[in-house]
Amino acid sequence: MSNGLALLSIFVLSIFIGFEVVSKVSTTLHTPLMSGANAIHGVILVGAITVADRATTNLELAMAIVAVVLATINMVGGFVVTDRMLEMFKGKPRVNKEVEVGDSK
Amino acid sequence: MSKNIYDLVGLFVAVCFILALKGLSSPKTARRGNLIGAIGAFVATEAVFYSPGQTHQHKWWIIGAIVGGIVVGVPAARRVQMTQMPQLVALFNGVGGGAAALVAIVEYLHLGSAASMGEVLATVFTVIVGCVSFSGSIVTFLKLQEIMTTRPVIFPGGRFIIAGTLLGVLGTGEWVVHSLGTTSLLVVAGLSLIFGVLFVLPVGGADVPIVISLLNAFTGLTVAASGYVLQATVLIVAGTLVGASGTILTRLMATAMGRSLFGTLFGAFTAKPQAASDASEARPVKSGSADDVAILLNYAQRVVIVPGFGLAVAQAQHTVRELADLLTSKGVDVAYGIHPVAGRMPGHMNVLLAEANVPYEQLVEMEEINPTFPQTDVVLVVGANDVVNPAAKTTPGCPIYGMPILDVSQAGNVIFLKRSMRPGFAGIENELLYEPKTTLLFGDAKDSLTKVVSALKAL
Repeated sequence: MSNGLALLSIFVLSIFIGFEVVSKVSTTLHTPLMSGANAIHGVILVGAITVADRATTNLELAMAIVAVVLATINMVGGFVVTDRMLEMFKGKPRVNKEVEVGDSK
Repeated sequence: MSKNIYDLVGLFVAVCFILALKGLSSPKTARRGNLIGAIGAFVATEAVFYSPGQTHQHKWWIIGAIVGGIVVGVPAARRVQMTQMPQLVALFNGVGGGAAALVAIVEYLHLGSAASMGEVLATVFTVIVGCVSFSGSIVTFLKLQEIMTTRPVIFPGGRFIIAGTLLGVLGTGEWVVHSLGTTSLLVVAGLSLIFGVLFVLPVGGADVPIVISLLNAFTGLTVAASGYVLQATVLIVAGTLVGASGTILTRLMATAMGRSLFGTLFGAFTAKPQAASDASEARPVKSGSADDVAILLNYAQRVVIVPGFGLAVAQAQHTVRELADLLTSKGVDVAYGIHPVAGRMPGHMNVLLAEANVPYEQLVEMEEINPTFPQTDVVLVVGANDVVNPAAKTTPGCPIYGMPILDVSQAGNVIFLKRSMRPGFAGIENELLYEPKTTLLFGDAKDSLTKVVSALKAL
């Protein structure tokens, strides 16, 4: 674990970015944002591919392949469903006024 | 691909994910944000095939599995109706958590006794939280899909069973760390799955979106932890971002619904079985015909339409717009009162009405519309219940107590379009239904609205 400290730094800094990035969101976007974040953690697919590639026994391979399927569903399905939620907003003059009121309490 | 290039690609992906979340936080950039996120995820997946140390021994299995996942995931996401999106998100989140737990278990089997203490701890964490997220999400799915009851499920001694299961999970987790065994890890997984179910069962219907958001944040953290085990920076960044932003989002949602996060999560420990809805079944209500409703609306100066989940279920958004347009043409002032959590997810109504091209200016948020109810002649509640239930103000201890509501009882007349007298999603009786100023029109929201529209035209 030579680069453990580097990984820890990345972890801590990412927490702060994650907090900052969504600190002000209108209620209208709560669900699409949740769904988009949900799709992003589908990147566990990368991990699933990695362990599937290294698998040395059939049991490991079988479990890893299941993980690949599940992670793909999470990632691809997640982005598609988020896009569908958001396409309802396209071409609309979205004024932000109501947003400020909603969040100011 | 050399390690340096692979790491650079990882950095690119991390930046994509940050921009994606940033973009998704604002209506103007949301769609682009989602696209950037998708690009990042695609690049990350492509790149791992070329990562250093990749053996490609099971390449075709992996590609086949990805194709399988796409074949399942994309049609589900494309075909799902607007009303069912929240449960689909819950399901996607659950399978993500399950995938993370599986990845950790496989890596643990693979490493065997070579695993360091840090890796074992991260593995145990991933398995526990991933399994909780998986089974918890499945239960939220079943609740939202109304396959099981949407009311809080509270059983005698529940809090002790839940606390006991949690202790069991932590205890066996400790056992894994000491014994480095496989059996113990599987016991942890099993107990965590049970805990996830027990954790979500006592949550009432109205709080389910908050729980989905929380489980989403959980899955993010498991992804981060599995990234630590696999030494994959991109997983750590993506997982932590989702974990952190998901936590903030969960708090924002809870605030928007006027719920304490603590109260929602630990409802199981404080909830009392609800007082049986006190023999209200036989109480008289005033139900009217479509003609009565049309007359009320026709002679009103100002009408506020309060849409709810019933509107979404009946797919009545176009009909409701037709009615609003007709009233406007008759000189009635029409607005929509949008409760932030009407429907099954925050923003549900905005999305639904936007689909029917309802002018944006007519959608008025709760804080702005509430002071106008005393000057409103008629409120037309279309398939909403909990968001206008005065019990949220008057009945301490009821599941929605403290949630801000649309004060429709201040208006001159209230019309409810309802399928039946069945209480709303939170399972609470609505006193407003028995008020003398209230008229009920039973039936599917779309049918009722269509009848009202033709009655109005005939006037």
